[in-house]
Amino acid sequence: MPTITPNSQIDQLGGEILLEARGISKGFPGVWKHLILDHIDFDVRAGEVHTLLGENGAGKTVIANILSGYYGKTAGEIRVKGQPVDLRSPRDGLRHGIAMVHQELMLVPAFTIAQNVMIGLQTSSFSFPLRKVEKRIGELAARYQLKVDPRARVEDLSAGEQQRAEILKVLFHEPEVLLLDEPTSLLTPHEADHLFVVLRAMAQEGKGIVFITHKMKEVFAVSDRVTVLKLGKTQGTQPIANTNERELTRKTFGETVPEYMERPPVRTEDKAIDVKNLVPQSMENKGPALGLSFELRKGEILGFAGVAGNGQTELIECITGLRRAERGEIIMLGRNMANRSPRAFIELGVAHIPERRREMGVVEPMFVAENVVLKDYRKAPFSNRSVLNRKEITRHSKELVARFNALVPDLWETESRILSGGNIQRLILGRETWQRPPIIIASHPTEGLDAKAIRHTWELFLALRENGSAILLVSEDLDEIMSLSDRIGVLFEGAIVGLVDAKSADREQLGRWMAGGASEAGAP
Amino acid sequence: MTELIIASIMTMMTAATPLMFAATGELICERSGVLNLGLEGMMLIGAVFGFAAAAVTGNATLGLLVAATSGAFAALIFGILTLNLLSNQVATGLALTIFGTGLSALVGVDYVGETIDQIGSIHIPILSDIPIVGRLLFGHDPLVYLAILILLGASWFLSRSRWGMILRAVGDSDVSAHAIGYPVIAIRFAAVTFGGLMAGLGGGYLSLVYTPLWAENMTAGRGWIALALVVFASWRPARVLFGAILFGGITILQLNAQAAGLGIPAAFMSMLPYIATIVVLVLISRDAIKIRLNAPACLGRPFRAER
Repeated sequence: MPTITPNSQIDQLGGEILLEARGISKGFPGVWKHLILDHIDFDVRAGEVHTLLGENGAGKTVIANILSGYYGKTAGEIRVKGQPVDLRSPRDGLRHGIAMVHQELMLVPAFTIAQNVMIGLQTSSFSFPLRKVEKRIGELAARYQLKVDPRARVEDLSAGEQQRAEILKVLFHEPEVLLLDEPTSLLTPHEADHLFVVLRAMAQEGKGIVFITHKMKEVFAVSDRVTVLKLGKTQGTQPIANTNERELTRKTFGETVPEYMERPPVRTEDKAIDVKNLVPQSMENKGPALGLSFELRKGEILGFAGVAGNGQTELIECITGLRRAERGEIIMLGRNMANRSPRAFIELGVAHIPERRREMGVVEPMFVAENVVLKDYRKAPFSNRSVLNRKEITRHSKELVARFNALVPDLWETESRILSGGNIQRLILGRETWQRPPIIIASHPTEGLDAKAIRHTWELFLALRENGSAILLVSEDLDEIMSLSDRIGVLFEGAIVGLVDAKSADREQLGRWMAGGASEAGAP
Repeated sequence: MTELIIASIMTMMTAATPLMFAATGELICERSGVLNLGLEGMMLIGAVFGFAAAAVTGNATLGLLVAATSGAFAALIFGILTLNLLSNQVATGLALTIFGTGLSALVGVDYVGETIDQIGSIHIPILSDIPIVGRLLFGHDPLVYLAILILLGASWFLSRSRWGMILRAVGDSDVSAHAIGYPVIAIRFAAVTFGGLMAGLGGGYLSLVYTPLWAENMTAGRGWIALALVVFASWRPARVLFGAILFGGITILQLNAQAAGLGIPAAFMSMLPYIATIVVLVLISRDAIKIRLNAPACLGRPFRAER
């Protein structure tokens, strides 16, 4: 690792240091004692792609937000081309040539792309040059091969198009440093590859690119240098040539997660779920006319892969009673459950680990213990003739919190709102699986968990499978799908476009299915 | 008969004017993402302070300025509570209405029954003398024209100006506006203040031009009608003009119906604007996308920049 002296702006890597963080710390006092960022040193040079690698919750997003002026810092110094600067707002960042593409895109849905670009411009005029902006977007789009229609409304665009629009929006400010927070999370593998070409081209022009990811493969596809963050601390910066995947994995996760979880074969042909020609509400005109059909045996894990927005949410909501089924049958444990109430599903023994855990998994302002018994409070021993048995609830919550290693300050004083996403997920996993339900519908169950917790969750799922539970796993994380599933299906535009045995599954093939079958689809 | 129709149309316009003022202000305010239910209170505050100023100085124009300013002050209190201190917009708005009702009654005690010099209708030689059309187009009081001008200005501002676009961005996606560096809170403050200014003007119009006198609770629900009008117009200024005349017309119809001795109860007629609003709401809610496109996405949601 080259040593950087603050005074020399040029070193052996060639590029000028455009943006530099020195000893940046960030803490949210009062909530957690540890710092979210602990004395981070980081810099990006002209002409390079510098990757920030780390797990969810490592602090990648926070440091990027501080460097772009979005968040304030508790301590430390930011320098632009060697000069200390004080970034008080995103606008200050832009003024210094620093732009950020947020993971959750910052576009006004009701506006067109051109209008979105325009409101960000610093012109003094009262009116605006819409035509000029549209023309310039066209030029930028051609230069960076980011194909978009400037007059399209953002809400009508696909995730990939929205992201291209967002990148074009910040490019309009001619930034010297561009920070991208997990830009590949909404893209198909092919679209991601295209993005890497674009990022390399920008670096070639002399821009400094900060690329944030938690996916190891992407690091080697695009970076010049890589900095690993772990729990708010930097694990050092290295040129990509001086490191390898194993070393980075060890630094990032500490412990590695297995590629495939060994398990005995499925023992029975008994069906737990048999879905026939299901057409969820609002998918009437989007999905296939015949709807979705699949079956899931007892003691089997079926994984559904696919880019978000291809019908996963609609399917899951249908088979948990949250959305109407326009047509088709949902046979669960021998009963047709189509259009039954969510409670009917719960009473049948369908556990649901939802995708939006904060919104749907817990009631955020309620205490931890209350959330733990959110589904079971009606029954003994947690309540007796409508009166809650607090003692029993406390005992039960304490047990689950301990068993699932959730970090919870107090059962009856901590609002679930202040817990991290990972801890909320531990509570949900505990609540949904402690009774060993016959059917488990899990959406992104390990997102935001660290390697140890991921391994625990996977082991839990396999134990439940061993016990005869049928598990439907929906995830955007192909690694997880491949590690855990017995069979893998791919959803694209509301249809199951491929279904294979997990042992014979091929990553390339799954990727092609995710992009819609044809190998060149999904990207300009 | 012609005379009666002309007179009805003329009074319809005067009935529509306070609604136009208040609704235009509220529309701008809501387009920035802030729901101010204190419209009725701000109108009353504008009405009483405007009237008091005019009664003391004898100058009705000055009274109007005072009315607008006092409305803006009331809105400023609302802004500090909801935007800086992040109090609940609905509760704070209701509180502002109750506060305005009480304050105006207190201040107005001494002015009940007093009269002032009314701002008269304009008279443009030749133009105003054209039979029928002359009076209909050029025979109103100046504030009718001002209300229409401001309304058209607001329409142009929202759809054609850069700042209007920024205002809509703040109301539609506050985090995005913040991310490109706009001061969300300051912009909302400006919108809220404008809303108060307009509400005050609407109230002042009632006490200085429409009646002109002060009576306790004289807005008689017009603030609520203006609020309904914004929804009725689905947040489009041009439709506010149409809605205000319609709702104003219903008010006049109600008075005339009473005078003519028709058997329709007055209470029923007073309900009409609200029933119309509910019907419109039901109609546009049938198409979920339509209402999503029209209503500002961040309406009523507090914003706090994470630092």
